[in-house]
Amino acid sequence: MAEVRVRKVVKEYEGGVQAVKGIDLDIKDHEFVVLVGPSGCGKSTTLRMIAGLEEISSGEIEIDGEVVNDVPPRDRDIAMVFQNYALYPHMSVFDNMAFGLKLRKFSKEEIKKRVDEAARILDIAPLLDRKPRALSGGQRQRVAMGRAIVRNPKVFLFDEPLSNLDAKLRVQMRTEIKKVHQTVKTTTVYVTHDQIEAMTLADRVVVMNAGIIEQVGSPQELYHHPKTRFVAGFIGSPAMNFMPCTVVEVGAGLHIKINDKIVLPVPPDRVERYRPFKNKKMIFGLRPEHLFEYTEQGKPGWTRVDMLTDVVEPMGMETMVHFFVEGTAICARVDPATHAAPNEWLALTADMNQMHLMEVDSGKVV
Amino acid sequence: MSATTMESRAAKRANSLARQRVWALWGSYIALGVFVIIFLVPPFYTIITSLKTSAEISAQSGSPWMVKDPTLENFWYLITYPNFQIYYLNSVMITVLTVVISMVISILAAFSLSRMGFWGSQALSTGVFLTYLVPPSLLFIPLFQIVGMLGLINSVWCLALLYPTLAVPFCTWIMIGYFSSIPKELDEAALIDGAGYLQMLFKIFIPVAMPGIIAATIFAFTVAWGAFLYPLAYLYTSNQMVLTVGIISDLIRGDVFQWGKIMAACLLASLPPIVIYAFLMDYYVAGLTAGATKG
Amino acid sequence: MAVGASVSTNTTGRRDGGSQPKSSLKKFSQRRSTIAFALCLPLILLVSAFVIYPAFYALYLSMLNKKMTAFVGLNNFTFLLKRNTFQLVIYQSCLFAISAVLIKALLGFIIAHLMHNIPGKNQRIWRGLLLVPWVIPLALSTLTWWWMFDSSYSAFNWILNQFGFEGVPWLGVGWIARLCTIAVNVWYGTPFFMIMYLAALKSVPEQLYEAASIDGANSVQKLLFVTLPMMRNIISITVLFSLIVTFADFDIVRILTAGGPQDNTHVFATYAFQIGIQSGDIPLGAADSLFMFPMLAFAAFFVLRGVTKRTKEIAA
Repeated sequence: MAEVRVRKVVKEYEGGVQAVKGIDLDIKDHEFVVLVGPSGCGKSTTLRMIAGLEEISSGEIEIDGEVVNDVPPRDRDIAMVFQNYALYPHMSVFDNMAFGLKLRKFSKEEIKKRVDEAARILDIAPLLDRKPRALSGGQRQRVAMGRAIVRNPKVFLFDEPLSNLDAKLRVQMRTEIKKVHQTVKTTTVYVTHDQIEAMTLADRVVVMNAGIIEQVGSPQELYHHPKTRFVAGFIGSPAMNFMPCTVVEVGAGLHIKINDKIVLPVPPDRVERYRPFKNKKMIFGLRPEHLFEYTEQGKPGWTRVDMLTDVVEPMGMETMVHFFVEGTAICARVDPATHAAPNEWLALTADMNQMHLMEVDSGKVV
Repeated sequence: MSATTMESRAAKRANSLARQRVWALWGSYIALGVFVIIFLVPPFYTIITSLKTSAEISAQSGSPWMVKDPTLENFWYLITYPNFQIYYLNSVMITVLTVVISMVISILAAFSLSRMGFWGSQALSTGVFLTYLVPPSLLFIPLFQIVGMLGLINSVWCLALLYPTLAVPFCTWIMIGYFSSIPKELDEAALIDGAGYLQMLFKIFIPVAMPGIIAATIFAFTVAWGAFLYPLAYLYTSNQMVLTVGIISDLIRGDVFQWGKIMAACLLASLPPIVIYAFLMDYYVAGLTAGATKG
Repeated sequence: MAVGASVSTNTTGRRDGGSQPKSSLKKFSQRRSTIAFALCLPLILLVSAFVIYPAFYALYLSMLNKKMTAFVGLNNFTFLLKRNTFQLVIYQSCLFAISAVLIKALLGFIIAHLMHNIPGKNQRIWRGLLLVPWVIPLALSTLTWWWMFDSSYSAFNWILNQFGFEGVPWLGVGWIARLCTIAVNVWYGTPFFMIMYLAALKSVPEQLYEAASIDGANSVQKLLFVTLPMMRNIISITVLFSLIVTFADFDIVRILTAGGPQDNTHVFATYAFQIGIQSGDIPLGAADSLFMFPMLAFAAFFVLRGVTKRTKEIAA
């Protein structure tokens, strides 16, 4: 078990295309870190550089205090779980898990002990004699994890391991992976494009975009205090609503002015924070879950807005209401009991305590 | 219009559609049957003739398509005929050698070309494919000189040197196809598991691509077993000959054709490919089509 | 394709670790190319020794005199071109290859369609029977054909006689002998076309036919606008392979007619054998086979160019 340090790491492909543009990241011992971002953001490349499958153009990667830039994958003492599992199709489950140990000349008894132990943890003991093709997707996933566990490596690397599973199984395996990590406590780096996966699994989430790290933080931090517009929009589902606005001073307090009709008061505790941006064009951000049906008994900071609905999507436990503000599509999450209908006026509450304000150009949350 | 007439019309239409389909099916079967009969005439005639005595063949009484007194004496003659035994042995030896040499060369090259790569490997893959397009009859004259320089004229061993040139390009080509279809993650997993390149080849690639290897092996076998031009051009004494040329030069003496024996020899010589084909038809077909669909 | 992933240039260099003499990962990737090259070495040696070298050697040989003592330039080629027999060889080679390939392509297409019509579970046995001509070594099956065409014992003539027709001197008259060589080649090669087309037919997604039916296409239109365009690449590759093999054929003509009667059925390969090996004029024989090269290269170039273009179109 070990720490992983990534220092100023750059990955440049032939032709000068930079997939990773100099990132820094410290991963602590026993930590579960998830790299998340849209496709092409460099998260997989980063993982593959840690694994040694890609050469590092510049910078340093350290595993357990040792710079591993020049160490081939097999000597890095890592294990990796691939998106398509990469199980050896001609070997039984046992042999798949034992392969790495056999190559490292472990004794037969030791191999058997380790495989049995891993099979017990993953609940695949009855499958040991089967070939991968006789397994379901979830079972293959477990075997792939088993192959990583038996090696007892310093670091686990996961490359989108759940993408090939159906939605239900994905949720189940997510829990499984979390459980396994709690059991073996190996330092883990996990890559996914699915922010829900990232939020549920990670001790810390690393949001990447276009080859750089946008923000590192706990899931709660990222959700409540995104540092950039990208993170604000990427984390949370459905995505945060963004509206162009101006910060204006009306009477005693600051207000967010979206158009002539929609002017929302800034909560008093934020007035000082936002005052420097008075009269500037800004972006106002509010999550759909903070835009809900209007009730008589409001709380401080709750502001009523009336909207003409466009599309209404009942989801069962909640109803998503879509409408347009100044040409921007906006989404609100209301109680099904409100019986929202399309093309009707609907009274909504905006919870201004949860608002975010960003600069237009830099996208920085202020 | 009443409901019943509508229904009966619909039924009629469905009926005629079904009838059309049945007709088309039977038509296909009949046409295929005709083709099969035409295609199988020569093998059939080979069998018939091989069962006849020389007397019956030259008597020319009755239908040549039937055999009056079937006899195995032609086969017995061949099996006990020392020259024929030599041809058979030579053919087996050369074929086994060719298959082994060809498969070793092409598996190593295909692994390197599909997975490892080096400067110029792309050009080499293209070159391999183009080599496959070179027919044996294009180069047999310079090869005659080269074989002569090597002192291998009239030595059956020269075939073990030359046949691989006919098999290797195609075998390499289809092995590249099979190896390329193995997901890249599999070698990465093996790399992380601690395998070196040769371990990767022997423990992962060869077992996983076994169907391709079988198909390529069958191809190399058929090429080596059936080749005719090289042995005809480079071998001239009976003790060095292989089946394809041995049968012709030995059993045809001047104008005396021992057709019964020739046909029996053809049958015996065709046996190994036919047996392999019968048991491994799917691999055989896969190898045949791989060149085009993977290329 | 193989080079892509892990071999990359280390352009930026390393900032902190510069003191290390040579990175072992780099050594690792260098070693990797060395191993890769070593694995290809047997192939390279084999092809250089027995394909590339002979090809250039053939060029050299073809410019020598019969005793191989003097350089005669292109004399062998001009000599050949002036000879009637050789003109006949060119004519016969082209006629043989083109007509045989066309017939094989057509018959193969028809049979593949018939096979495609019948239920999948029955296809195996039919395919098994239809492939037999391809499986028997050609030199051996041609012997049987020779025997069936035999001048005095011909089994075909017996059938003709039963119906009251005269026997035909199959291999004794120029143009009949030509037809016979073509017939044997068609018999041998049609299964190959059939199996290729069948594979291609199976690869056309059923939905395309369903979509065409709904768009109102009849079966001929489906064939013209769905099947054929989808199969074009396989058809051209198959035709190319077959054209090369047929054009360069040796076995059939050598065994069936040995070029006769009156050199009417000689193709390049058999003629080269006769003058080069049997008459011992190696340079002339080499010159003769070399005539095949431009024709084959020409066909290969155009077919492969078309195939690459279409593959790119489909990929894009």
